[in-house]
Amino acid sequence: MTGTPGRPPITGGSMNRIERSPLQIWQDRLRANELAYQFSPDAGRAVFYPRLVCPYGGTAPLEWRVSSGRGTVYSISRVHPVKGDPYPVALIDLDEGFRMMSTVEGALGEPEEIGRRVRVTFRPAEGDDAPPLPVFIWEEAQ
Amino acid sequence: MNAAPKRAGSAIVGVAESDLGVVAPGTTPLDLMGQAIQAALADCGLSLADVDGVFGAASQLRMPTLSLCEYLGIRPRYYDSSYIGGASFQSLAAHAALALEAGLCNVAVIAYGSTQRSARGKFAPQRDMNDYDGLYNPRLPATGYALAAARHMHLYGTTRSDLADVALAARAWAQKNPRAFDRRPLTREDVLNAPMVSSPLGVKDCCLVTDGGAAVVMVRADRARDLRRKPVYLLGAGEAQEHHSITQMAELTDTGAARSGAQAYAMAGLSAGDIDVVQVYDAFTITTLLFLEDLGFCPKGEGGRFVQDGAIAPGGVLPVNTSGGGLSYCHPGMFGLFTMVEAVRQLRGECGDRQVAHAETAIAHGNGGVLAGQATLILGTSSTI
Repeated sequence: MTGTPGRPPITGGSMNRIERSPLQIWQDRLRANELAYQFSPDAGRAVFYPRLVCPYGGTAPLEWRVSSGRGTVYSISRVHPVKGDPYPVALIDLDEGFRMMSTVEGALGEPEEIGRRVRVTFRPAEGDDAPPLPVFIWEEAQ
Repeated sequence: MNAAPKRAGSAIVGVAESDLGVVAPGTTPLDLMGQAIQAALADCGLSLADVDGVFGAASQLRMPTLSLCEYLGIRPRYYDSSYIGGASFQSLAAHAALALEAGLCNVAVIAYGSTQRSARGKFAPQRDMNDYDGLYNPRLPATGYALAAARHMHLYGTTRSDLADVALAARAWAQKNPRAFDRRPLTREDVLNAPMVSSPLGVKDCCLVTDGGAAVVMVRADRARDLRRKPVYLLGAGEAQEHHSITQMAELTDTGAARSGAQAYAMAGLSAGDIDVVQVYDAFTITTLLFLEDLGFCPKGEGGRFVQDGAIAPGGVLPVNTSGGGLSYCHPGMFGLFTMVEAVRQLRGECGDRQVAHAETAIAHGNGGVLAGQATLILGTSSTI
């Protein structure tokens, strides 16, 4: 690293130092019970997982947006851990056009559940500094 | 530089496995790679002194060509350890063919070794999962394939019984292979009633966990004719790197094998109907279905119906995974290289009870990560050139 003591480091070109990582920004939004995703203005489509570079060829910075939290089960499995009770793991297609891994509370994890509508809810954090965990429930659930 | 290797510009001239199954205590992945390399060189009548190109990938070695060449006491002119999981070996064969054609090396070995079974509990494969997927504890890699299987069932009406047909065919082939790890009788009920791992995949839908290694030796075609065994020519090669996390795969039932396969067929000037023997990486029963579809052996979505009634078992319409595959023969962490070894043996006519009659062409397809890295080789006997 070049630079003079007491001065900001030189990072070169027009590149800005990453002050807050994509993961930190996503977690900040979770703490406000918001499911955030990114949007590429060049490509006109959603991006997830959060990152610095548009994976669809765009050069403009990715914008942060908040999802409605509504979506559809793309696929689902019931995971049987070596120890403990089985639990569902799902891929959710959000209405804004991005897919994420998550779980659906109360789901069986059977292929018949593919295509069902879900909405996000936030499970309280278990760790000290961990943000709430975005999970899904059936759309019609109370 | 060529964009792709030249059709039949190089050939596989030596193949071997190392010890398989459960190896002696203290055996290392390098021991198995060394053992396999020595046997593959003996197979074609070459020696370590001839080797000037070393190609390897291994989940237990961070710098596989460095540690392997140190172990062997050789300093090759050319080396490559590109790593795309279990598809690395088909990919490395394509790279080796280019290096041979360019004169960067004259005798290339491709090697793999793993003690994944013996090291259970002591060695955990790297799982560089992203921070977003990891929150939900998928049991990888099984859950990734389970999500693909569930999707295939949803879209195409595939059933767990169809998947069981894949496991039953693999076991029937394994019963004809003296080196296969699991040759015990297996029934449809055994498969369907086995404990679940990640639904809809049960234990019998998942590959074995064994130790083992393998090696192949490649030279340019002109030299291949002078060696001990019948050369098996590299007719086609294709590679497709698609994603890393299963969440980033556009459609879980459409794999990159369609892209890598199309490249390999185009280079070979062949299509699926021309292939006599099929070896596809069967990490899970669903992967066999997906690759049979994406490599053109049946229409998309028809894989489940295609494998019914023993169609890919001994005596069926299409011989698939004649070694017994990763499901019943061996699966030491990565299976890609073993599909190449079996394809070569079939084309040489060395497979005894499981030999496919009149085998002149074979496909050996590798799969890495969760349907992520795909690489396809098409191989042929001298009658195909």
